Amino acid sequence: MIDFVKDVRLWFAPQRVRDEGETPDYRFSLANERTFLAWIRTALALVGGGFAVDQFLPDLRWGVRVGMSLALLAVGAACALRAVNHWVKCERAMRRGEDLPLSRFPVVLSLGVGLVAVAMVLVVLMGWTSRP
Amino acid sequence: MTTPGPAARDAGLQPERTRLAWRRTTLACSVTAVLALRTALRGSGSPVEVLGAAVIVLIWLAFLGVAHRRVRQLAAARPPGLPARSALAAVACAVALSVFAVAVII
Repeated sequence: MIDFVKDVRLWFAPQRVRDEGETPDYRFSLANERTFLAWIRTALALVGGGFAVDQFLPDLRWGVRVGMSLALLAVGAACALRAVNHWVKCERAMRRGEDLPLSRFPVVLSLGVGLVAVAMVLVVLMGWTSRP
Repeated sequence: MTTPGPAARDAGLQPERTRLAWRRTTLACSVTAVLALRTALRGSGSPVEVLGAAVIVLIWLAFLGVAHRRVRQLAAARPPGLPARSALAAVACAVALSVFAVAVII
């Protein structure tokens, strides 16, 4: 938790990252930027999915629809916040010449998306919709 | 008019690829913003709904602004790194859309 607060403070203090180590090859920074953008797109897609579940599945029960939608939105927001965190950490590691940070987030996200997909299949197969 | 030498432009086209990544992300943001607008304007068009739609348009414009600035920076042969402010602004747009969605759906 303390680490996380430190990380958040680092987001808003780019100068502290810049003071460390030496500037990496600009191509590495650009690659890091593209990875960051790919995560942002993932986040936007999840948020869009949250809107879509709410809008285009009116036959689902209210609880299932809102639950599903909120889950997607929460994961989307987490994904966006994690994107900037990972970007800053990678930038710092590159400046210091360290290994890039490892992360469990991709595994957690894949499992989460898999679970939501299985839940959707169950909802459809079992006919847990308000209108048959 | 001479063709740029090998030193002038990266053979791996990294700035171009990064620029296209920004374009893709802008597209993703636009799609999400359209979905958000649809959700915001599902009722009779009351003032609250219009206000919500205006907020979404503002978020979308903010993202467009950030992306446009960065795309222009990336036109250089050796562009500077992504400013932390731009990264935070892009993330803030995604989070804002998510928070807006939670507010509307509940």
